[in-house]
Amino acid sequence: MKQSLKIGLIGGVVEILLSLIGMVEAFSQRDIIAHVISMGHTLLVIVALFMGYLAAKRTPTAGSLKVLANSFISGLIVGGLVSLLVIVGSLINLRKVFVNAMPVLYELLTFKQGTQIGVFLLLGAGALSGALAGLFFLSPKILRRVLIISLGSIVSAGVLQDLLRPTFALWGPLAIINEWLFTANGLTIQGAIGLFILIAAFSLLWSRKGSAIQTGFRQLPPAPQRILKMASILILVFILLILPRVLGLFLSEVLTIVGLFVLLGLGLNIVVGYAGLLDLGYVAFFAIGSYTLAVLTSPELGFFSLSFWEALPLVIVMGVFSGVLLGTPVLKMRGDYLAIATLGFGEIIRILVLSDFLRPWLGGAQGIGKIPKAFIGGFEFAGPQQIYYLILAGCLLVIFISLRLRDSRLGRAWMAVREDEDVAQAMGINLVATKLLAFATGAGFSALSGAIFASKLGSVYPHSFNVMISINIVCVIIVGGMGSIPGVIVGAIALVGLPELLREFAEYRLFVYGAALVPMMLFRPEGLWPEAVHRREFHEEEEKEAESESSLKLKSG
Amino acid sequence: MLKRWIERITPTDVVMWLIGGAILMMIFWGSTATLTAKTYTVHHWFDFIIFGLAQGSIYALIAMGYTMVYGILRMINFAHSEVFMCGPYTAYFVAAAFYSSGFLDQYPIISLIMIFLVSMATSTLVAVLLERIAYRPLRTAPRLIPLITAIGASFFLQYTFRGFYGSGFQAYPVVKILEGEWAWGEFRILKFQAVVIVAAAILMAALYSFVQRTRLGKAIRAVSEDKETSALMGIDIDRMIVTTFVIGGMSAGAAGILYALMFKQVHFFMGFIPGIKAFTSAVLGGIGNIPGAMLGGIFLGLVESVGPSLFLDGLGIVAPYQLKDAIAFTMLVLVLIFRPTGILGERLAVKKA
Repeated sequence: MKQSLKIGLIGGVVEILLSLIGMVEAFSQRDIIAHVISMGHTLLVIVALFMGYLAAKRTPTAGSLKVLANSFISGLIVGGLVSLLVIVGSLINLRKVFVNAMPVLYELLTFKQGTQIGVFLLLGAGALSGALAGLFFLSPKILRRVLIISLGSIVSAGVLQDLLRPTFALWGPLAIINEWLFTANGLTIQGAIGLFILIAAFSLLWSRKGSAIQTGFRQLPPAPQRILKMASILILVFILLILPRVLGLFLSEVLTIVGLFVLLGLGLNIVVGYAGLLDLGYVAFFAIGSYTLAVLTSPELGFFSLSFWEALPLVIVMGVFSGVLLGTPVLKMRGDYLAIATLGFGEIIRILVLSDFLRPWLGGAQGIGKIPKAFIGGFEFAGPQQIYYLILAGCLLVIFISLRLRDSRLGRAWMAVREDEDVAQAMGINLVATKLLAFATGAGFSALSGAIFASKLGSVYPHSFNVMISINIVCVIIVGGMGSIPGVIVGAIALVGLPELLREFAEYRLFVYGAALVPMMLFRPEGLWPEAVHRREFHEEEEKEAESESSLKLKSG
Repeated sequence: MLKRWIERITPTDVVMWLIGGAILMMIFWGSTATLTAKTYTVHHWFDFIIFGLAQGSIYALIAMGYTMVYGILRMINFAHSEVFMCGPYTAYFVAAAFYSSGFLDQYPIISLIMIFLVSMATSTLVAVLLERIAYRPLRTAPRLIPLITAIGASFFLQYTFRGFYGSGFQAYPVVKILEGEWAWGEFRILKFQAVVIVAAAILMAALYSFVQRTRLGKAIRAVSEDKETSALMGIDIDRMIVTTFVIGGMSAGAAGILYALMFKQVHFFMGFIPGIKAFTSAVLGGIGNIPGAMLGGIFLGLVESVGPSLFLDGLGIVAPYQLKDAIAFTMLVLVLIFRPTGILGERLAVKKA
């Protein structure tokens, strides 16, 4: 009871927060299902449902009536707090302080029914959501899973409709899906129901037969298993190759950005993930790569005017060199001293590039333009759909190098340094060489990414290289899973790709990003796709506890 | 003695000293060139120093929060810059209300105290919530994990405030008694700068004596020394950590108001740069070391305001003021080359890599 009160209060505060920062209102302009429910209302309902579920889950006794009561109460409180906001808002003008407390917001919250009826509607809606969540908690596991997947896909189809529509339109015959599924704003009702049934049926089938297929695969003799694996890899490569054609211009652009961050992430993964050197100024090498390419190729400055391929080796050499140069002064520093010193380096590079002092060579605040595109024969890497292949090649190369390095003697030395510097040194590892090699390799990858970035944009500006990029990359590798190569890719998709997709809600992008990072780390500290070793480390204590508990039980029993 | 010392020198040391020496040479050369050129009079330097002291004492106040949290939890509280922002931004509305009702002009001292209190209370509230939600569940996690939640919380707070109050700059009302200047002969000092310096000095002295003299402060120091032993001695660790965040929040809130009085505006992104500078100050002085944080902050403030003119002007570099942050970070690297654990050294019981 007390728990559900608390959960309800938290939920109510969250909903008030979402309303006051203007998210509900902004999201209401988009319908998930046309004329039925908007994104703003969906957001509020999801919060209420989640709180109801949480209240149900935290119920100590198993009685289903009690569970329902708890989730009902928490939902009621969520509704109650929101209606409190409406009442206060109707009495006092909150707009003097909260810019988003506009009449439109209250209209949305009260379903356009005025304050008095609206308050009752809100309380009812909250209680109903809570009770539904309680029912959901009590329903069998398979039903829960199917419901989550199919409702989730309806919501995501609604959220991503602006991306899905033009993509479907590209596929010729599939364009018919558009008419069936989408209206100008939101899904059609029959489309939503159809999608629900389709996805529900599919996930039901998969949960029944999926494990059977997997065990069937494992029971196959080794030879066909290998063939199947090869085939799936081939299919993957094929998909990767045709991706930009299939996805269209905008999604290819997103892909190229994700790819650049994968390159950066893989580089930083060597420094932070393998060698354990927290580098918060990694953007410095990205900037050095971009600017080296720009200075070497751009006719605007007229120093060299090399072509992309002539300049690229020099760019990477420059990156490696600067990695060693900036790595040397920080060799003796540890932990957070290192972090802040590298952060300083990142800023120093940006400020130098921006300054009037170096303007004749680096262009100052106006940057450098007219950077030529890369060519292979007659093929120009012009737009995102072409640059994609360049980035893909870079990523594959860097992934290959990372994998080989990880399993090499050097890779093991890095990990030894990460685990304990003093012990590693005592075991005969040359700390200076090991650390400098980590900085140099990471910097080389980053410079490669920077070069592609510069050629993709055709110009470089100092403001593209601020601290936020460094912080973003650190987040990518830690959210993905420290030291894990697939983790970097997953992290880049989650933290760079998804926010790019929701560009139209740009104002709330970083809000959601920040709000998502906290629970992600609280519930999955090892990252989305961790290395096997790390996963074990993170769950070591739980396992020990489980073991000791079971041994206790054995003793007492 | 000397022989053993020579034996222990490695090539890396030599390279590092060369880099450090080169920077020092540059500084020396630039300074002499500037001073002999006599572009600036004594008054200019006096103004630079006063501005640097004011700026630096704000950094020092924020840095106290960083350094105390670091001392007790061994983590960079990346969201501390937002704790710093929340206070003055919320207090802005109180200040604006006072201003429009005329209360501010009538009772300037009372209103200033009220504004200070609101700011400190808000910052403290945010700091405590932050600890409860984002850090406490992760106390045993590897040290990079709370860093990420801190970054997440930082974004969350920034954009929450942006959503609440809008994305523009809010101009802080002018407090009339803080306008104008005091003059002693030829030296002039702007009133608000003097107030900032004095207020920051009083606050720092109060906080320092709190940590050093009181029982509660002693308990906090014990917890940062050794958590387990102090728990065995009957100290409530959770309470001490919360108290640390309270102190950090209070000093950040006060620093925020001083900052707002100095620059006369607030913005949802205003915490970022001072936050980084303050953390740099904490590192400069030696993490976990409270006098170090104060010293580091004032050093950084002075370098930023005096450095561009002193070091670079004589070298004939155009627009040296653009490079002030670069100078600040170069000084950081310079200090860390020769003293890898800050000016006063770190005061951490167990050195953690």
